[in-house]
Amino acid sequence: MAVTLSLPAVLTRLADGAKTLEAQGSTVGAVVNDVAARYPQLSPRLRDESGNPYPFVTIYLNDEDIRLKGGFEAPVRDGDELTIVPAIAGG
Amino acid sequence: MTLTIPGAELRALPLRCRNCGAESAPAPSAICEQCLGPLEPVYDKSRRLPSRAEIARRPPSLWRYREWLPVEGEPRFSADTGFTPLVEAPRLAELLRVARVWVKNDAVSHPSLSFKDRVVSTAINAAAAFGIDTIGCASTGNLANAVAAHAARAGLPAWIFIPHDLELGKVVGTSVYAPNLVRIQGTYDDVNRLCAQVADRFGWGIVNVNLRAYYGEGSKTFAFEIAEQLGWRFPTAVVAPMAGGSLVTKLAKGFREFVHAGLVEQELPRIYGAQAAGCAPIVKLVERGDNVLVPETPNTIARSIAIGNPADGLYASEAIRGSGGWVAAVSDADLVAGIRTLAETTGIFTETAGGVTLAAAIALAREGRFSPDDEVVLCITGNGLKTVEALAGALPDAPVIAPRLREVAQLVDRAAGAN
Repeated sequence: MAVTLSLPAVLTRLADGAKTLEAQGSTVGAVVNDVAARYPQLSPRLRDESGNPYPFVTIYLNDEDIRLKGGFEAPVRDGDELTIVPAIAGG
Repeated sequence: MTLTIPGAELRALPLRCRNCGAESAPAPSAICEQCLGPLEPVYDKSRRLPSRAEIARRPPSLWRYREWLPVEGEPRFSADTGFTPLVEAPRLAELLRVARVWVKNDAVSHPSLSFKDRVVSTAINAAAAFGIDTIGCASTGNLANAVAAHAARAGLPAWIFIPHDLELGKVVGTSVYAPNLVRIQGTYDDVNRLCAQVADRFGWGIVNVNLRAYYGEGSKTFAFEIAEQLGWRFPTAVVAPMAGGSLVTKLAKGFREFVHAGLVEQELPRIYGAQAAGCAPIVKLVERGDNVLVPETPNTIARSIAIGNPADGLYASEAIRGSGGWVAAVSDADLVAGIRTLAETTGIFTETAGGVTLAAAIALAREGRFSPDDEVVLCITGNGLKTVEALAGALPDAPVIAPRLREVAQLVDRAAGAN
């Protein structure tokens, strides 16, 4: 599956300046693995040492928080968009 | 010739990651480049701290605690925010069966009637220090009001993003200041996600996104004022509403800082967190006792605290459990009753979040969380005139009569009979 991954600005320098990356995988975790393999410096920013998402980083699959859809196990389809958003204060 | 550098008289403090400890230069960025963890300002441990008497001589605003705020120099904007009343509430002490109760009343905060004035007063000066000339926010309402008001008086343009279906009072209380107000089809969490991308794209100072590290520190002044207004001492317990979880975290930090500064020599208060049952991810996190926050889709009339994915949820949980406090979630019916009880016993009209706070305090008292010698402060963070919809149908209709004394007399007789 071809999926688009949008990065926050602080991470773009670790992806050769790209704000979005095309990646492959059938789950969110597989997409993250694909990106991590191609950009090793991004790897520890996208998941912790155990390979799990950080509690202070939210990953959206299209418009939904992946924690509501099974986390890294959530399935993705061709054309889906993943967005990485660092935590934001209340409002 | 004198060269004027924008923001030269203000200096924002450097930052450190709360997660991995990496340090970074002062910047309008709230995210660690190493691990994406949240950044916090770093205070110079050798800085000179004021005495109680010096603080007491300063003007009654949150900037009287400037040594604990993340911007050095004279604040350029909103120097008169803060120092709201701490009101004793003996009838609530009876209700909660504790020794004393006070209401810290940010329902009358200047200028926008919620505690968000504190964080915006701090953030707008950080923006000035960075030479940022446009500010903004993602908001559930109160922050929108505050950013719009503070930007208006500073003469700065503002971009404000809110869920499309906020209460009328919150919308009018923002648009009256003539910001660029944008209503988003979605929940606050959707608005948040968009604003993270907006901050990246346009370089504005989005106060709760890229200025978050500086913004959050303003909440500590809630704790500082409680301590000073009680005569440089702490209550034994504090009850506060939770949305993103920042306030309870910063209350704990503020109390701790006053102990470290030698301004108060006392045990730290127990901190109790309140949420609406229709959006209670932090309450559930504390009750479970683990460290995995499970986000929720909000379903409550307490819109100002309806954040399903609270950024500081884990830190809030740590602060509450570490203080010996606890949590409570209350129904929408109970929060409406809380609004009415606060108004009827103290004369303070609070919004839904304040109703949640009092209703949670009552629930905690019923559970036996307080002891008879407890001294409790209720943190009331917003004004009831902003959320009058919450009371629709809950209050009796006032009688309509002809302008005749006889008819008034009949009403008086009826009221006497009812009593």
